[in-house]
Amino acid sequence: MSKLTIPVRKFDAVIVGAGGSGLRAAIQLSEAGLKTAVLSKVFPTRSHTVAAQGGVSASLGNSEEDHWHWHMYDTVKGSDWLGDQDAIEYMCRKAPEVVVELEHFGMPFDRTDEGKIYQRPFGGHMSNFGEKPVRRACAAADRTGHAMLHALYQRNVRANTQFFVEWMALDLIRDDSGQVLGVIALEMETGEVVAFHSKATVFATGGAGRIFYSSTNAFINTGDGLGMAARAGIPLEDMEFWQFHPTGVAGAGVLITEGVRGEGGILRNSTNERFMERYAPNAKDLASRDVVSRAMVTEINEGRGCGPNKDFVLLDITHLDPATIMKRLPGIREISIQFAGIDPIKAPIPVVPTCHYQMGGVPTNYKGQVVADDGTPIRGFYAAGEVACASVHGANRLGTNSLLDLLVFGKASGDSVIEDVKSGTIGLKELPANFADFTLARLNRLNTQTGGANVNETRLELQRTMQKHCGVFRFKDMLIEGVAKIVEIEKAVARTEIKDKSQVWNTARVEALELDNLIEVAKATMVSAEARKESRGAHVRDDAPDTAANPNGRDDVGWHKHTLWHREGSALSYKPVIMTPLSVETIALKTRSY
Amino acid sequence: MEEREKLNRLRWRCTRRAMLEMDLLLGEFLDRLYPSLTPPQADAFVILADMEDLELWPLVNGSRESSDPVQAEVLALLRDVRVK
Ligand SMILES: Cc1cc2nc3c(=O)[nH]c(=O)nc-3n(C[C@H](O)[C@H](O)[C@H](O)COP(=O)(O)OP(=O)(O)OC[C@H]3O[C@@H](n4cnc5c(N)ncnc54)[C@H](O)[C@@H]3O)c2cc1C
Repeated sequence: MSKLTIPVRKFDAVIVGAGGSGLRAAIQLSEAGLKTAVLSKVFPTRSHTVAAQGGVSASLGNSEEDHWHWHMYDTVKGSDWLGDQDAIEYMCRKAPEVVVELEHFGMPFDRTDEGKIYQRPFGGHMSNFGEKPVRRACAAADRTGHAMLHALYQRNVRANTQFFVEWMALDLIRDDSGQVLGVIALEMETGEVVAFHSKATVFATGGAGRIFYSSTNAFINTGDGLGMAARAGIPLEDMEFWQFHPTGVAGAGVLITEGVRGEGGILRNSTNERFMERYAPNAKDLASRDVVSRAMVTEINEGRGCGPNKDFVLLDITHLDPATIMKRLPGIREISIQFAGIDPIKAPIPVVPTCHYQMGGVPTNYKGQVVADDGTPIRGFYAAGEVACASVHGANRLGTNSLLDLLVFGKASGDSVIEDVKSGTIGLKELPANFADFTLARLNRLNTQTGGANVNETRLELQRTMQKHCGVFRFKDMLIEGVAKIVEIEKAVARTEIKDKSQVWNTARVEALELDNLIEVAKATMVSAEARKESRGAHVRDDAPDTAANPNGRDDVGWHKHTLWHREGSALSYKPVIMTPLSVETIALKTRSY
Repeated sequence: MEEREKLNRLRWRCTRRAMLEMDLLLGEFLDRLYPSLTPPQADAFVILADMEDLELWPLVNGSRESSDPVQAEVLALLRDVRVK
């Protein structure tokens, strides 16, 4: 085996990702005195966590009585019982602590008159085991994610965390024993490829929402952590579960807040019918996200979509007083004009259910350690945030639980690293001789490819295929066909060609490398979804309907288990859902209804 | 730095942002309008692209005005971008 050499830098810990989860982990490590590197494709405070507006959940009980156990119940139920109850208990119990810590880091939370953190209600969060809505979401105006990132970043600067900005991690380094020894990364400014050799590697790379054509996620969410893990032989868990938001602007994907329907916005099909009256006679346009999304897709599939391709429905607010629109829904008019070319005062906004959040990811335990199929930790490897599957969100995430996940598991993964370093479980092991070969071969292939596939076209094909075959409402034949199509697209991805071969700021190369990650996530999603023959949470199949034996199409006898997709052979295995919490009784399986 | 390198760096900073809205707007602007900007306008755009999204968004949607006249010209163009 040839030994191709690249520069090596040594750290105690390397964290890939500088969003909420990566920055939270970094604080833990740097403050414990570990030499810590954080790599990010963008400047830390430009990470996607900024987009989160709604808030972060914690049962502080500042405005009314609340309890972590109620939060736990809501999260288990929200997950459609696919969440692991040890991890959910851990997260909900830790929530008050990590939120108060964040406050001490300088987070400017909104306040009550008495100066406590102000809390507001949010969908699915209830008091007394599902009785009535409770105020649990802590927010900093409508810029919670932004404020959170700034607070965490400042704390890291103080703790001397070393940042590598505009660096893209390409692959994990693993040795023959399976231990993770760091990552190989590309500096965009120089084109240099460098190994970050470390005792511990923490993935905090965020989600992969760009696998879908219509997505609320920023372009950066290409699932790099998932791609790297899959290529290194680590399975991906529960990738069939993606949360869709009913109202993304058709084409652009930009989110139109639920508040528009709250203010009286109505969904209409091509015959101008207010179709939600048929699907949800009481709640109508304000029914829950999944009900509205599915109704919209049914309208489109049955030929009542709008536009030349009949592929969207309309969100109508033309009947509202323009003054109300300007006052109550600021920003919506600009968004609609800029991203749909429509002034919503004069004409309805074209919308489609749009991919929003990834529930699955790299399998971890509640300590943020990445685990093998049998649950044993993979030495040297940790993950937190949207890239990870702990699994607290199971088949469906509750709003505001994701920012909480970043804080709790970012911190937990940091603590696990510290413990594993102290106990000697992990140390700076020697790199295998051929550690860089795989990555350099990938780069070389891309540099020398001729007569290959165009990156943009291939990505678009992938996104359209995912949207059409594996969207919010899933059909057996479409999924089977979808698997075949993704396998074809995978072949194109393996021979993408770039014209620009330069070293410095070669964005074409970076985009091709991102596509290498998107395809792994897309394949994991399609294959896992095709295989799961039930409906649960966000995975809804037409051929798994609501029956007495299987309410809402959920089949607990056959499918109450986690999916693990393995890149090698695109094989699936399954593992049980952890039903035993850490200290309380199991929250037993029940039909999920609100 | 060469022109190509500068432009690619700008492209990265326009299309790998925190918010999808900004990826779409700045990406579209870069492709369609950036090539015909005057050099001072181009410099002003680079400064805008380096801002964080929540700093830039109010300038783009008009809820805040820029006091710099050249920057204001670029923002007026940016405000008129339609992404479809
Ligand atoms: C529009 C929108 C609104 C939302 N609102 C809420 C809300 O109100 N409440 C809530 O709880 N959740 C919300 N969410 C979800 C939540 O914002 C995300 O799940 C969460 O912010 C993800 O954080 P993260 O730390 O996992 O990753 P991110 O913040 O996405 O950060 C990922 C980091 O990884 C880096 N990275 C990725 N790949 C590489 C690589 N190859 N090399 C180097 N670095 C890399 C990136 O540069 C970035 O720094 C919302 C999501 C969206 C899209």
